[in-house]
Amino acid sequence: MEVPILKQGHYLIASIQSALTDADLSQLREALIERVGRFRARGVIVDVTALDVMDSFAVRTLRDIAHMARLRGAETVIVGIQPEVAFAMVQLGLTLKGVSTALDLEEGLAFLNVQTQLRIDRGPGRLDRG
Amino acid sequence: MATKGKDVQSPLPDPQAQTESTAALLRELVAHLRQNRTQLREEWARRITRAQLLTAMTEEEIFAEATSVYDNYVEALETGTFEALQAYARNLSERIIPRGVETHEVVGIVLLLRDVLARSLFGKYHEDFDKLNRILDAYEPAANRIANTVAVGFVQERERIIRQQQEAIRELSTPVLQVRERLLILPIIGVIDPQRARQLTEQLLRAIRTNRAKVVVIDITGVAAMDSNVANHLVQTVEASRLLGATVIVTGLSPEIAQTLVTIGVDLSEMATVGDLQGGIEEAERLLGYKVVPLEELTPKA
Repeated sequence: MEVPILKQGHYLIASIQSALTDADLSQLREALIERVGRFRARGVIVDVTALDVMDSFAVRTLRDIAHMARLRGAETVIVGIQPEVAFAMVQLGLTLKGVSTALDLEEGLAFLNVQTQLRIDRGPGRLDRG
Repeated sequence: MATKGKDVQSPLPDPQAQTESTAALLRELVAHLRQNRTQLREEWARRITRAQLLTAMTEEEIFAEATSVYDNYVEALETGTFEALQAYARNLSERIIPRGVETHEVVGIVLLLRDVLARSLFGKYHEDFDKLNRILDAYEPAANRIANTVAVGFVQERERIIRQQQEAIRELSTPVLQVRERLLILPIIGVIDPQRARQLTEQLLRAIRTNRAKVVVIDITGVAAMDSNVANHLVQTVEASRLLGATVIVTGLSPEIAQTLVTIGVDLSEMATVGDLQGGIEEAERLLGYKVVPLEELTPKA
């Protein structure tokens, strides 16, 4: 099943609605990375609220999305990880190191707003000094 | 079944006859024990005192308990059923466990009674060695079973109490408290075993979700000791919370725990730690954008 990717301002929102196969996940990754460039997105939100299982491939794909999007200039945040899923992930050692997470879509948007604002605020200042 | 059993010719002595003779011997034995009740009971109580068992109880109490144990013991020998004795053992355990009576004392007194009674049997039948042998054959299995029943009853009662207390502690000990909008504190007190760590984490994650918490302060001032297992549980809790978008601050690591953790080489670099609970809450408020100021600074100057 294809994951719908919505554009909301400077952000892309991918809302996963059901369990995904490995192929679906790879497809999601490619689509997101491609669209980050096409829409000049500053942030990516992947909503996994509907997932009640997260395997190592899914976690790796999410991590890859975050790292690749950062290389393309967008900050990624994963939102809506269920408590049970979080617990299982930690026990399996799948901890999404280096990837931002937030409670839900609202929190994710707030987080991205702060992050992108910081970058805008900080960017010119540094250059001025240099 | 019964008729079939009779059809088969067995080279062994008829088990029916054997049980009958055992029953007869036990009857004789019980009569003897009833006859010498006072004397044997006193002898037993004396030996309990001499062996310094049941030191938590007074001599009168020992004698009273000894009497009921003795009567229950003789009754179990007579009827061959152990339910009454079991119930009595449970009841006795319930009464004496809170007074600090140990397992070895209970086993000790039952074994003493066994010895006292065996001695009296020696005394009675020492002239008829054959009879003595048969009496002991009947007596020993029954006596051992009684000793077993009482000891097991005691241990079971003890374990039941321990389980009950564990549950009580577990229920009491893991409150997740909201101190400010989106700020939770989780004070941990006592020993963290894997089961409790799991429960703590689950409870915390659920609370983060329902309270929409952004920052959690875990206070471990009340944790006496920490090993690598517990430290790893803590790290897991921190990481699971992060996956839900909450930052965790750990406070109240005692000097001993800090030293242990560094010595055993647990990697806590991922964890934000602050000295005490107050510092942790202040840090959390900063993260949430709160600033606490005294009231007079807020009132406009006239």
